[in-house]
Amino acid sequence: MEQMYDNMRKAVSSYDSSRTSESALVGGEGAKMQRARENNALICGDFIGLVMEIAIKLGESNACMRRIVAAPTAGSCGVVPAVLLAMEKKRKDTKEQIIRALYVAAGIGGVIANRAFIAGAAGGCQAEIGTASAMAAGAAVFLEGGTADAMASAAALALKNLMGLVCDPVAGLVEVPCVKRNAMGAVNALICADEALSGIYSKIPPDQVIDAMRAVGKSMPDDLKETGTGGIAATPRGIEISEKLGSFS
Amino acid sequence: MNILDIIGPVMVGPSSSHTAGAVRIGLAAKKLLGEEVRRADIFFHGSFFATGRGHGTDRAVVAGLLGFMVEDERIPESFSYAKKMGLEFSIKGIDLGDDAHANTVKMNICGESGRRLEIIASSIGGGRIWIDEIDGLTVNVGGEYPTLIVHNLDEPGHVAEVASILAGNSLNIAAMQLYRMGRGGEAVMVLECDHRIPEEVIRRLENLGGVRKVTYLNMDTGHETEEEHVQFVGGDNHGYKGKKMGFLADRTGG
Repeated sequence: MEQMYDNMRKAVSSYDSSRTSESALVGGEGAKMQRARENNALICGDFIGLVMEIAIKLGESNACMRRIVAAPTAGSCGVVPAVLLAMEKKRKDTKEQIIRALYVAAGIGGVIANRAFIAGAAGGCQAEIGTASAMAAGAAVFLEGGTADAMASAAALALKNLMGLVCDPVAGLVEVPCVKRNAMGAVNALICADEALSGIYSKIPPDQVIDAMRAVGKSMPDDLKETGTGGIAATPRGIEISEKLGSFS
Repeated sequence: MNILDIIGPVMVGPSSSHTAGAVRIGLAAKKLLGEEVRRADIFFHGSFFATGRGHGTDRAVVAGLLGFMVEDERIPESFSYAKKMGLEFSIKGIDLGDDAHANTVKMNICGESGRRLEIIASSIGGGRIWIDEIDGLTVNVGGEYPTLIVHNLDEPGHVAEVASILAGNSLNIAAMQLYRMGRGGEAVMVLECDHRIPEEVIRRLENLGGVRKVTYLNMDTGHETEEEHVQFVGGDNHGYKGKKMGFLADRTGG
């Protein structure tokens, strides 16, 4: 797990704003967020700004074929590190603490993977960014010293907020809207962690929330499960982009 | 499922199925061939064909054929490495039918000694792969265990001989499958084992009468330690064991 942590840090520090993805839809936006944050220009302030910045940088790096850590998937690789590395900086946590938090995150993700699914192709974005957000929420509560119940509750709240979110990547690529959904999933995790730490618990038990997510994912039509044929991908602009890219033929 | 399948793997993006899985398929093909690959004709089916270019699936498969691992940052530039390392390749589309998984590739590869291999494999989600066919025969192997694939004549006794050689070397068989083209024709034994198979055992199997070819697949990278090997039990969405026959309906992408 230490290797995973080291590679997450390396992926953030080696971010290269000059790289663009093969489709040229993605690139350079993490640097824009960093600039805005450093100029104190963000409504959300420095801490949330850093969370969004890390999430976008990692989502972009993934799209640009750079090295990342899947957590739980490559498409959602920005969520967990964004929350944990920003908290580490703010709270001055030790590496050991963050690694323990990664185990908490992995445990939550493992339960969801076993009970439902974690891939957009299987259950929509709610399964992918939703799971990453639930993992990050629980891990954030852990770092703040919350109880196990609070961690599970934060995870449930995160999954509930993203219930029903479809997987609709333009041209089938992990780029639009995936990169920015990483930022959303990370900030959602913090909202839910703060709720749980304030004693605002999920009224529905975590296992039942996961089961509901599974049921929603099962009932989603295929064009909303990573096929690039529904949702944002099916907009006129989305179709135009897809046609321009073409395949191998 | 392993806890480092949730946080991890460390990989080059953008997609665990279309990139990391594609690298592992290339790598599996190279390992099955057992030597450096010199020529590869690659045919993409379904989603691999439709979205492979944007996902770098083409560069990923070639990277695997060169022996690169999923976290290797040379993957995006694998085409130029192929040129440097003497691997020629072609990439085309193919329709393998409705029963084939959406992320499937067929490859005909040829090694430095002239040895050939035909493989059909799928990327089934989270970077995990499934080998559907080798040299025209069904195999159904996930590559999670060290796997022996023995091609032999369909005659009595070969299964017992192979099993007894493994037993004599204290190698436990986790799962075993048998296939044949027709009675008395060519048959294939697929043996997934709990331990790595030593080189000399493979040589002994190759020298058995009636055995035509032995291929060995070990995808183990040696990264995992016992301590990290925490298994989640009870779920059925990601396990291979015990659901081989029904996997087609429930395979997931990612």
